[in-house]
Amino acid sequence: MSSPKPKIAFYWCASCGGCEETVVDLAEDILGVIEKVDIVLWPVAMDFKYKNVEAMPDKSITATLLNGAIRSSEQEEMARLLRRKSQFLIAYGSCAVSGGIPSLANQFTREQILKFNYEDAPTVVNEAKTRPRLEYQNNGHTLTLPELRNVVRALDQVVDVDYYVPGCPPTPNITKTAITALLEGKLPPKGSVLAPNIALCDECPRKRTRPTSASFMDFKRPHQLLADPELCFLAQSVVCMGPATRSGCGSQCPAGNMPCTGCFGPTSRVRDQGVKLMSSLCANIAAKEEDEIGKVLEGIPDPIGTFYRYGLAKSLLRRKMNLPFSGERNGHG
Amino acid sequence: MTEKNWQPRIVAFFCNWCTYTAADLAGVSRLKYAANIRIIRLMCSGRVDPQFIVDAFARGADGVLIGGCHPGDCHYVEGNYKALRRFQMLKRMLDDMGIEEQRLQLEWISASEGDKVRTVVNDMVEKIKPLGPLGIPKKFEAWDKEMAELEEKITSSEPVAAPA
Amino acid sequence: MSNPSHNGTDEVRIGFYICHCGHNIGAVVDCPAVAEYTSKLPGVVVSRDYKYMCSDPGQELIQQDIHDHKLNRIVVASCSPLLHEHTFRTATERGGLNPFYFQMVNIREHDSWVHTDLIEATAKARALAHAAIRRVRFHKPLETTRVPIHPDVLVVGGGISGIHAALTLGNAGKKVFLVEREPSIGGHMAKFDKTFPTLDCAACILTPKMSAVRSHENVTLWTYSEVVKVEGYVGNYKVTVQRKPRYVIEDLCVGCQECIKSCVYKEPKFSDEFNVGLSKRKPIYIPFPQAVPQVVLIDPERCLQVKTGKCKKTCLEACADRQAIDFNQKEELIEVKVGTIIVATGFKLFDAKRIPQYGYGLYPNVVTSLELERLVTSSGPTAGDIILRDGSKPKTAGFILCVGSRDLKTNRWCSRTCCMHSMKLAQLFKEHTDADVTIFYMDIRAPGKGCEEFYDKSLREGIRFIRGRVAEVTDWALAPEEEGKLVIRVEDTLAGFVRRIPVDMIVLAVGMEPQVDAQEVRRLFNMSCGTEGWFLEKHPKLAPVSTFTDGVFIAGCCQGPKDIPDSIAQAGAAAAEAMALIDRGYIEQEPNTAYIVEEECSGCKSCVVLCPYTAISFDDAKQKAIINEALCKGCGTCVASCPSGSIKQHLFEDEQIFSEIEGVLAYD
Repeated sequence: MSSPKPKIAFYWCASCGGCEETVVDLAEDILGVIEKVDIVLWPVAMDFKYKNVEAMPDKSITATLLNGAIRSSEQEEMARLLRRKSQFLIAYGSCAVSGGIPSLANQFTREQILKFNYEDAPTVVNEAKTRPRLEYQNNGHTLTLPELRNVVRALDQVVDVDYYVPGCPPTPNITKTAITALLEGKLPPKGSVLAPNIALCDECPRKRTRPTSASFMDFKRPHQLLADPELCFLAQSVVCMGPATRSGCGSQCPAGNMPCTGCFGPTSRVRDQGVKLMSSLCANIAAKEEDEIGKVLEGIPDPIGTFYRYGLAKSLLRRKMNLPFSGERNGHG
Repeated sequence: MTEKNWQPRIVAFFCNWCTYTAADLAGVSRLKYAANIRIIRLMCSGRVDPQFIVDAFARGADGVLIGGCHPGDCHYVEGNYKALRRFQMLKRMLDDMGIEEQRLQLEWISASEGDKVRTVVNDMVEKIKPLGPLGIPKKFEAWDKEMAELEEKITSSEPVAAPA
Repeated sequence: MSNPSHNGTDEVRIGFYICHCGHNIGAVVDCPAVAEYTSKLPGVVVSRDYKYMCSDPGQELIQQDIHDHKLNRIVVASCSPLLHEHTFRTATERGGLNPFYFQMVNIREHDSWVHTDLIEATAKARALAHAAIRRVRFHKPLETTRVPIHPDVLVVGGGISGIHAALTLGNAGKKVFLVEREPSIGGHMAKFDKTFPTLDCAACILTPKMSAVRSHENVTLWTYSEVVKVEGYVGNYKVTVQRKPRYVIEDLCVGCQECIKSCVYKEPKFSDEFNVGLSKRKPIYIPFPQAVPQVVLIDPERCLQVKTGKCKKTCLEACADRQAIDFNQKEELIEVKVGTIIVATGFKLFDAKRIPQYGYGLYPNVVTSLELERLVTSSGPTAGDIILRDGSKPKTAGFILCVGSRDLKTNRWCSRTCCMHSMKLAQLFKEHTDADVTIFYMDIRAPGKGCEEFYDKSLREGIRFIRGRVAEVTDWALAPEEEGKLVIRVEDTLAGFVRRIPVDMIVLAVGMEPQVDAQEVRRLFNMSCGTEGWFLEKHPKLAPVSTFTDGVFIAGCCQGPKDIPDSIAQAGAAAAEAMALIDRGYIEQEPNTAYIVEEECSGCKSCVVLCPYTAISFDDAKQKAIINEALCKGCGTCVASCPSGSIKQHLFEDEQIFSEIEGVLAYD
């Protein structure tokens, strides 16, 4: 029996599509990949049906690269199904790895989110206040929609994950490395993040420009200054997540004159990327009086959005604690 | 522990030189205070990684108390200022995450202030009692219940046999 | 030193021991129940409760179990680690394990002594034990590091305690820097006439010690100087001493005092500090006849030349060839390196004006005990005559005890010396004046050697004692015999009625207080103060002259009120503690330093500025931060701040703390 090509699946959940772009961004390298594998599922590029996946034997897919957070019942179902069908399930991109931008929704209730999006958002015209319903009867047929979950989850909060490829999106380089490791069977221990376990500063071109002795007198947001294109952002009082974020992206943001916002997630030695960077920044504020410290901290008006931009779901607290939690399926109103 | 006789659980991070010693002094002086507190010794309040605090909450603490030397008295010069700055930011972040401000407290207690350990602990217990349990581990469990139905559906369906 | 086969990380085998500490723990914590609970925790092989773990059999139990059960982790739940951590680490080591495979649980100071409810206290003990059992799993074998001790010693304060400590060390061949803020050493004792209970002459016993310390080959004496900065740590302190200008060159002045005689001020005009304002001095003066060093000094606030630059400078002429006077002298900063420090900065007397009803400052013949001490001294302002302000001899006197002591409105503590001091002064008073002397007391405290006998002697000599706290002193006469007298109103608590006792002179036995700048001094040397403001000893019984800062010791009244023999005893003890460090030559440093795993460090530099000891530097070639573990003091601030978790701390690793958190919350 000739050894068949490994079967690869790509799937997307709550994501923006950027991760799919990365696969395309492999450019000519993608041809090499396609030669070596059978793509058995890739909704963004090819037509597959749920039934096709369901019909596959368990563990018949060599690896599934799943991007996007899990925030609806449909995504949850697909995640579980793909887990069953795959030998390796890989969380691909920040949303699958740690909840990503969608998990910032964990600061709000489902009702707040639906109300804003279907009623209050300035771009919405919806006088009837129509909302998606979970079930709808039409001509004797029952039509259903997936349910929006109360909590946005990272992939491993739903199913067991074998490997993590971080990034928003993962860079072509890191994707290629991951796929190569997969195809060559040179995988690290299960549960590893397939990115360097050292912080971004290691590869940042601005690294040498940071002075060793400066303390923070204030914090500025990127739009509040004309950033020096070579000087370390922290030396310019701009919050940069680089010191608390894995490298491997090639320092693309600093190269584009924007600070790191943390999409590669923390190193293996840190349990909570957000408070860890906060700890470092705050320790080094110059002020000593409570009021003065408070004033400096005002320069970070949205600490959760700043420090947990890509990882609220996987932060130690996961979600705002005092939100009402609707257990009923009528959460859709 | 049932809801009825619920008692707040407070995790305390005390610096070795001032506050831990003050707690020892409270003991030597046989001062009586609420038994809700569990003290973890660190060398300096500057060692209190905010991760410890958040982790304590996530594991079921109803309150977290940080104790350090008074400003200007830190055994390590300025570790307590570092603790103060982190504390101020963390308090804002916890507020954003829906954790009441009374649940995190920073107190300067010198080695001689055994009595302050007593009043601080007693006051904190009294402040937290009306808030009720924070109970994050239970919240995590409750939140994940919304996934139970689907989990059941997928895992209980007959696995399709793999090709021989 | 340790058996590697037991130190392996293969299988964690924990021995847990809970100590009853007699009834101290056992009466409030159900120790067997805790041991039963922990016996079921993962990794626990042996779980025992025992009466006294710190006893020899207790420690041997650990050693035996390590051997019999192949234990490789030890947890003891007993008292505070600040008390017995070392004991149990040593026991662990004797059992063949690395001593740092030990973790201590504080269930006495933090549990049984502060809680009364058996159920709650036992639950807390379980939680704390659980935490330690989880934590110890992550312990690693560590070695203590040895830091050499600089053999020189700094003694701060030149009172009797400081002098004695300096002499003791000097005699042992140690180099000592003795720093005194006043122009002369001697402190309070130099102001005393005689000392209780032996009535030997204070000057006769103190002056030889003062001269001895001045001339000692191993002692460098800096008077009129203050310590302004202390850096470093035990064994390696760098101390900056500020020498205030005397406007007289110390090495050139021979103490002939010709300059004083020839000063343009013919008569002494300014209040004399040494005689507590009872006499006058000139702008150029020597603090007191036996002052050490015998060097004059110029009061810059009073000297015309220093103040205005317009003076005939007759003093300069008088000094002639010696040219010891230097109006342009500036303060000088000297840096010295020492390994240990003894702080003996003494006390201040209670300000009697704070109790206005006793009339100090209002009635001229109400004096403090120190003022009387100066009056009774033959070298004092009256050459030993006890006289009233009008020059006449008092025929009656009343001593009021506990002025600013044992008083909730002022100071709660007993100043310990005032009973004896007052009885001494009362005897001298009688001897000098033959007056009727009455002592108003609450309780006579005469516990020292020869003190009770001294009290007897006072009674035999006809000194009257009236028990009661004096309500007020007034000059409002209600009866003819009270005219022109000071009337003491007091409830005689033995006789049971209120009395009015007219006297000529009233002596207030003022208590002792911490120095005004005790807080600043405490910060300077990184010590703690008790609530009253006295410097705090490391342990009230077991480490009475040590402080929480290694290598800094305290002696004398800066630690709390005490008499001369106690001060000397403490000074000797402090000197011995310093010598114990010096003669060993090194100190073993707790291996709680921070370290960086090089391949994990991204070189973000966030940590460098945070270190108060400049232990973190940045290696430009490698582009990584590096920690000099010799400089690291183990605070862990950089560890908590490293954004990528690449700085760790021995003994306080993240995993250890996280597991402790998990443990304390595991049990409700």
